[in-house]
Amino acid sequence: MDTGTIMEQVKVQIAVANAQELLQRMTDKCFKKCIGKPGSTLDNSEQKCIAMCMDRYMDAWNTVSRAYNSRLQRERARI
Amino acid sequence: MADFNSGFDLSASEKAEAAELQKMIAVEQQKAQFQAQVHNFTDVCWDKCVEKPGSKLDSRTETCLISCVERFIDTTLTITNRFTQMVQKGAH
Repeated sequence: MDTGTIMEQVKVQIAVANAQELLQRMTDKCFKKCIGKPGSTLDNSEQKCIAMCMDRYMDAWNTVSRAYNSRLQRERARI
Repeated sequence: MADFNSGFDLSASEKAEAAELQKMIAVEQQKAQFQAQVHNFTDVCWDKCVEKPGSKLDSRTETCLISCVERFIDTTLTITNRFTQMVQKGAH
């Protein structure tokens, strides 16, 4: 197996793990935010809330990622 | 990092390739570590900053998220420093 193929696989595996982590945490957070008392079905307002919550969670993830990255760069410049 | 070449007879070019691969994997590992940390921060800061998810991430929430990351890191550094001092002094 050549280096390129191995690296491709490593990158795919990391991307899958990252997506799974996001999915799991997002489900946890949005369930807590949107489902007060679990009823017999996911009603319309709950589904809308889940969709909105997912979008905002991903926004929050990106904001946090940028903030952390800029902090790392500042810390590196300080040394 | 473990030397996975030991025990194998590799040519110079194979050794160079293995070293190159190790370097590239280390880079990916660092990226993965960064992402894992972002997951943790988002988890904590979401609870602190987001009341009800709206149609947009408002600027107040965004500012809160950024401050949350900064203060969490500050807290980590403060606690690490203080803990180190405690250990060095031998105090409990």
